[in-house]
Amino acid sequence: MRHLLSTRELDRATAVGILDVAEDMADVADREIKKLPTLRGKTVVNLFFEDSTRTRTSFEVAAKRLSSDLVNFSAKGSSLSKGESLKDTAQTLAAMGADAVVIRHASSGAAQVLAQSNWIDAAIINAGDGTHEHPTQALLDAFTMRRRIHGRASRGHDLDGLRVTIVGDILHSRVARSNVWLLQALGASVHLVAPATLLPSELANWPVTVGYDLDEAIRQSPDAIMMLRIQAERMSAAYFPNAREYGRQWGLDDERLARLGPDTMVMHPGPMNRGLEISAGAADSSRSTVLEQVANGVSIRMAVLYLLLASETVA
Amino acid sequence: MSILVTAATLPDGTTTDLLVDDGVVVERGTGLSRKGATVIDASGLTTLPGLVDLHTHLREPGYEQSETVLTGSRAAASGGFTAVHAMANTSPVSDTAGVVEQVLALGERHGYVTVRPVGAVTVGLAGERLSEIGAMAQSRAAIRVFSDDGKCVSDALLMRRALEYVKTFGGVIAQHAQEPRLTEGAQMNEGVVSGELGLQGWPAVAEESIIARDVLLAQHVGARLHVCHVSTAGSVEVVRWAKARGIDVTAEVTPHHLLLTDELARSYDARYKVNPPLRTNEDVLALRAGLADGTIDIVATDHAPHPAETKECAWGEASFGMVGLESALSVVQASVVDSGQLEWADVARVLSSTPARIGQLAGYDAPFAVGSPANFTLYDAAARSVFAVDHLHGKGVNSPYLGTELPGRVVATVHNGYPTVLDGRLVDAETVAAGVRRG
Repeated sequence: MRHLLSTRELDRATAVGILDVAEDMADVADREIKKLPTLRGKTVVNLFFEDSTRTRTSFEVAAKRLSSDLVNFSAKGSSLSKGESLKDTAQTLAAMGADAVVIRHASSGAAQVLAQSNWIDAAIINAGDGTHEHPTQALLDAFTMRRRIHGRASRGHDLDGLRVTIVGDILHSRVARSNVWLLQALGASVHLVAPATLLPSELANWPVTVGYDLDEAIRQSPDAIMMLRIQAERMSAAYFPNAREYGRQWGLDDERLARLGPDTMVMHPGPMNRGLEISAGAADSSRSTVLEQVANGVSIRMAVLYLLLASETVA
Repeated sequence: MSILVTAATLPDGTTTDLLVDDGVVVERGTGLSRKGATVIDASGLTTLPGLVDLHTHLREPGYEQSETVLTGSRAAASGGFTAVHAMANTSPVSDTAGVVEQVLALGERHGYVTVRPVGAVTVGLAGERLSEIGAMAQSRAAIRVFSDDGKCVSDALLMRRALEYVKTFGGVIAQHAQEPRLTEGAQMNEGVVSGELGLQGWPAVAEESIIARDVLLAQHVGARLHVCHVSTAGSVEVVRWAKARGIDVTAEVTPHHLLLTDELARSYDARYKVNPPLRTNEDVLALRAGLADGTIDIVATDHAPHPAETKECAWGEASFGMVGLESALSVVQASVVDSGQLEWADVARVLSSTPARIGQLAGYDAPFAVGSPANFTLYDAAARSVFAVDHLHGKGVNSPYLGTELPGRVVATVHNGYPTVLDGRLVDAETVAAGVRRG
């Protein structure tokens, strides 16, 4: 693995391998000194053209636990907000000797463009590109599901037979895309639920089933239900009438929560709109994995950095 | 000057020598000779009438970092063209007699091709008020094609008025069919690929609905309509239906829509970002069939040069457009000639006589006839090469074909009786400009 751009490029063995390394990394978090010397002398750059405190911080903690030097290169107040191009920024980072670039960008495909270019030789990690993919989010989601099922004995397991329902703005969700491909690779089956306006117009090639009705999806008692964040601007673009109607039709409220199985995982990539796509009761219930997802994000990002940066010196 | 072309195989398959004197064909036959003439051996080559592009962006005035009339004319000549229609989205916009006369004059001075400016339909391409169509029609540039290309005349009433008003001056509206609300933020064809790539879709219906409206408007007011860069199978159906009803509509397709599909966007390489976007293989096949059966009248390049930095970036930030003049003939050969759908006589029709007729450009109705202006290009259809930057002669290098093997090579181009390309190389600008002055 040279870059991590998309979950589509991960086969089952590779994906399970990443999750297993993340288990090792999770063990580090339980030690008194939460730090490994593995990436000492390596420089990791957080290149965030879009604000995302959560993802940026998660990568930062991960890079520091592996003893690498972490540089934050964020949009606000820097040359990035003054119109400097991706190319110039990349060449600048290359000149400074970056070993890995974690990129968040508002344009779909930005990470791939960077990886294909001859502007920079570093390992590229996609931390969310437009409405395309967010591969480390899907990996941490899979890791979370696997741990809920297998606990400390998770190593080596895939997600064969797991039934996952993803609800919300599929059309604009990089989290949904990355999850669809990764869950398929791991053997899970995926059901998408959304209003027709928030589904891609052509889904024939997607390894999923699709429905409009959340209550029907709940009746099928999925093993995990993943609620996606709804952006306020979708309302003004006529994707749905208003927040009240969206919540009533596609929100996981307390009443729907009660109809879910006792072991159904309630997932959300955060940040949550409590009371819109998810009720406080659902977010805070014992079925909710939201905080585990955050904790596991660090382990997954440590694993990805390790596999991209440490194994190249081993190999 | 005199030019003697020996053993020219014309589009109808006949072989003849052609003698050119003072800009016109003066003699045909075999064994012709003329002392002091520039002799071009055309044996083994395909001789085509000078190509006429109804849809070119020359960018001057205003965007000279992308292209100028001179550099775009050189790109055109190298692709076998002898006339281009320069779109109006310049700065200032070509919406007054003064601007179109300036573009005309630049074309005349450089002389590689005949430059026919296109006038804007609305002031500043803003889609609000008609521009001075009469003044442009009656200017020295004698504008006959009016287009807001790059933007759609989306207001139905304004489009109706434009179609009616332009009749007064014998002109035609060339519509860029794109419903603006349906394409806000659009990045690529809406379909399987856009859904996977997370790029906002440009749905076929945004083009088809405007074409459907416009052909009905044209019928209602009895006007002539030209549809730019038709890109979908549904659009071909609408135009076919309109023609069957006797509506006076013509349509163009670009070379890239005849060859390339939206699958190329998977690379996120912005060279494939163009408006209208590359569509599906089903659309490509329908466009080829439409061109072959005459539903689509012409091929036009939509040559759209851009500076490198507007393509070396993320897809969503990149400019729309590709250069196309230098590769047009090769791409037409690859997509519809080699497949047997078009003969060379059809190529002459869709790339020369019909675009000239739509643009009301004189001198292209009887190519190679004694007394006709000498505009032709000699093309080696048997050649093959990997398309590279050195095939490009304008300022733009935003070609989707770089690194792709394409058939054919333009060996010589003659514009109004003087060569602009000889031995596969552009004649230098001074010599061409001197040729204009002599002519």
